[in-house]
Amino acid sequence: MSGAPEPVVDLALAREHGLTDEEWANVCEILGRTPSFPELGIFSVMWSEHCSYKSSKKHLKTLPTEGEQVLQGPGENAGAVAIGDGLAVIFKIESHNHPSYIEPRQGAATGVGGILRDIFTMGARPLASLDSIRFGPLDDPKHQFLLRGVVEGIGGYGNSVGVATVGGETQFHECYRGNILVNAFNLGVVETDRIFKARATGAGNPVIYAGSKTGRDGIHGASLLASAEFDDTTESKRPTVQVGDPFTEKCLIEACLELMQTDAVVGIQDMGAAGLTCSSFEMASNSGTGIEMDLDRVPQRAEGMTPYELLLSESQERMLLVAKQGREDEVLEIFARWDLDAAVVGRVTDDGRMRVRWHGETVVDIPVDPVAKSSPELDRPTQEPASLRETQKLDLAALAPEEDLAGALDALLDSPNLGSKAWIYRQYDQLVQGNTLIGPGGDAALVRIKREDGSATDKAVALSVDCNPRWCALDPFEGARAAVAEAARNVACTGARPLALTNCLNFGNPEKPEIMWQFVEAVRGMSDAARRLGTPVISGNVSLYNETDGQPIHPTPTIAVVGLLEPWERHAVAWFRGEGRAVVLLGETREELGGSEWLALRRGLEAGTPPSVDLDAEARLHSLLVRAVAEGLLETAHDVSNGGLAVALAECCFTAPDAVGVGARIELEDGIRPDALLFGESTGRVIAATADADALCAAARDAGVPARPIGVTGGDRLTVGSPGAEAWIERPVAALRELWSRALPRRLERE
Amino acid sequence: MFAVIQFPGSNDDRDMRFAVKSVLGAPAELVWHKSAELPTDTAAVLLPGGFSYGDYLRCGAMARFSPVMAAVKRFADAGGPVFGTCNGFQILCEAGLLPGALLRNRDLHFVCEVSPLRVERDDTIFTSRTRAGETLHIPIKHGEGAWFATPELLARVEERGQVVLRYLENPNGAVADVAGITNERGNVFGLMPHPEHAVEPAFGGTDGAKILGSLVDHVLGSGA
Repeated sequence: MSGAPEPVVDLALAREHGLTDEEWANVCEILGRTPSFPELGIFSVMWSEHCSYKSSKKHLKTLPTEGEQVLQGPGENAGAVAIGDGLAVIFKIESHNHPSYIEPRQGAATGVGGILRDIFTMGARPLASLDSIRFGPLDDPKHQFLLRGVVEGIGGYGNSVGVATVGGETQFHECYRGNILVNAFNLGVVETDRIFKARATGAGNPVIYAGSKTGRDGIHGASLLASAEFDDTTESKRPTVQVGDPFTEKCLIEACLELMQTDAVVGIQDMGAAGLTCSSFEMASNSGTGIEMDLDRVPQRAEGMTPYELLLSESQERMLLVAKQGREDEVLEIFARWDLDAAVVGRVTDDGRMRVRWHGETVVDIPVDPVAKSSPELDRPTQEPASLRETQKLDLAALAPEEDLAGALDALLDSPNLGSKAWIYRQYDQLVQGNTLIGPGGDAALVRIKREDGSATDKAVALSVDCNPRWCALDPFEGARAAVAEAARNVACTGARPLALTNCLNFGNPEKPEIMWQFVEAVRGMSDAARRLGTPVISGNVSLYNETDGQPIHPTPTIAVVGLLEPWERHAVAWFRGEGRAVVLLGETREELGGSEWLALRRGLEAGTPPSVDLDAEARLHSLLVRAVAEGLLETAHDVSNGGLAVALAECCFTAPDAVGVGARIELEDGIRPDALLFGESTGRVIAATADADALCAAARDAGVPARPIGVTGGDRLTVGSPGAEAWIERPVAALRELWSRALPRRLERE
Repeated sequence: MFAVIQFPGSNDDRDMRFAVKSVLGAPAELVWHKSAELPTDTAAVLLPGGFSYGDYLRCGAMARFSPVMAAVKRFADAGGPVFGTCNGFQILCEAGLLPGALLRNRDLHFVCEVSPLRVERDDTIFTSRTRAGETLHIPIKHGEGAWFATPELLARVEERGQVVLRYLENPNGAVADVAGITNERGNVFGLMPHPEHAVEPAFGGTDGAKILGSLVDHVLGSGA
């Protein structure tokens, strides 16, 4: 053995490892002795917030996770949903917030790498990625740097591994100045009878390590970096950030998928947070077995690594798998073909213990279940923030009306939050695998499904990721409901039927009752909407401690909904397809300005209550969209969201891929104040365009969805007004597009 | 048969096979980079896009040493058609089968977008389905796609009419707006844009099929 002598393990060292006094006592009781140094390391990561979900799991249990389409709910690497004809999609979203703030390029890159492994670990070929990223204000040079780094990281990794990035969302807000968010989503396709799980069954079966060698990077990423707030010592945590190698990941994807076409694999798990420790414990715990492992057989990148380091390293691009006894050579051969390291490092046992040896000497001997399953479950106190009721008060009568409605539209389109994100997504390969029907920039992305043998199908999946954190700050329950509703609505706008969702719950420090209250309210809201809209929660991730020096982020429950469209030939797009189409507004517009972009941008206020969400009306709207697209009644469907009706109409005019676009003449009934009519963000609304307005309105009537013809497409200007009065807005489409498309470049590119 | 070479890190290999086989209806198979020989029925070689060996060194600099590249070189020397897109183009330049080099994009960013291209030569085996002067819309997606040549080399390449396609809106700083070139003999072609991503109407249009289809016509027409 080499390296420095191991430290004395006692309560003080346990505290340094992030364990509470109570947890330390529990550890000693489980073992009946003081743990060894590597054992302490194992407990500290397995019981960290990041790995154990100790603050959140009580509440996550309340989420709806079942449905006839669900093949695999939460608890595996990712969830699985059947899409018919023996195929399934596997998907999940995950955060990599803290690493990306410390080292944006590598942090974001390894976030992408990690989510990809969650998908192909289950046997699926990764098909499409989304990214939900949030930064501080864009005029802060530090956040320009972070944005550039994160985008390079996502692109550098995603492009290299050959997985298309087809959509996402980007937001800039003061609350992320000390803690950016990087949430990465991936979806893969698999045959339902080839879904692999994290299992270590069959005593005597070999445990095989494959992929990159283990180095000293990322030790305690999960326990120290992801499970604590940021403060002035944050810079010193840079060594806990891992470094990604997309080339190895690409080879690992191909090798694993090739291997999974054989029947040599019993179970497989990627080594993510807490590396070798977490993967081996999970596999054994899921199977009621034990594992004995010889650490010296693990391929190592650095010399003189200790058992502690080998067990806790978060080196990327590594997999642990259990093969059938006697098939070892076949497995090792496939990895060798791809020039990847692989080695038999242990065996499955039937005694329920994790035994780890180092050059023959036992350094870890602990029961699996008490570590994996008896991790603490906390019931943290909750308390509504004292100031919330005050913030929710917004007296519209006292709010000065917008005097320059056209100017407000210009300002909204030119804002970093509503402006085009092409500067970002043109750095991503949106096309690889040749399935992108609708790429970034619309409501939902639409991606065709191919089988592993390369043959194309009639199926496509629609994907959308959404959250309005401002609304969640004003009312986390309604905000979370709205996030689910919007993501599902975006999916339905293509004509796809929403199937299920995954979520990434980004919050501040759960030890504060106000944060915990936000969390519980958001989970309650997500649960409510998921249940009502028939989109069960099949996977997810919780990211807590997103605060710096006591300043938390807005509660940000990011929701990604996946839907199925078949046949894909018939789908709607988010832009007007040409002249002479009738424009129909579906849904109800109310006088709601609380929490709106307009209010924030033009009045500097984040106040009021967010728009209400009527889930029954949403469900009816989504059914109508699916039916109308299937029947060919709808060629354009665009969700009305941030910036309201005026922004949504402008987007319909100029976001067509041909970059020419088409104008429209719109007349809106003048029942409420014009600024609320144009810029209010009432939920459950869609701008539709159709060649047959009568048929669409009849279908809407049948479905119980309010529908009102509001104008017609044509010309090169967008004109919006009320009947019989002078237009509120009249702008050349080209001018609006110019403002919108320059919003990011003009702030990021030097003259 | 179209041999689509699969390097470790190739990304568009399966897409290339799909375009040729499933869309254009010609036989195509993946050929592993460690193969010392091409399959005996190889009628054309396609080097796909991607990040061979991670492209951690110069793009394509490692892949040129893959065992199969010696066979590809022999095939090209014997006059067999060889077509590389993106990373494939980079590999062909590194292997000395095409002149010039591909450098980092002018603005240093990876860029993925549809790029309008002008056909300069419609009399090659790669462009017989196009017309000179025609505009094709084919996507690009690369970070190192700026073709570079010294003035002397450029003059020679232009003089011999090796420039087959040029960018109408130069996206990367390529010398003389070069998007695609052949060797002197005209049987080896490199192109930064991705024709395999424009072969179906709903997925980026069909301008790419004109390029790949030209080669299919050549191969099938020659009875291979």
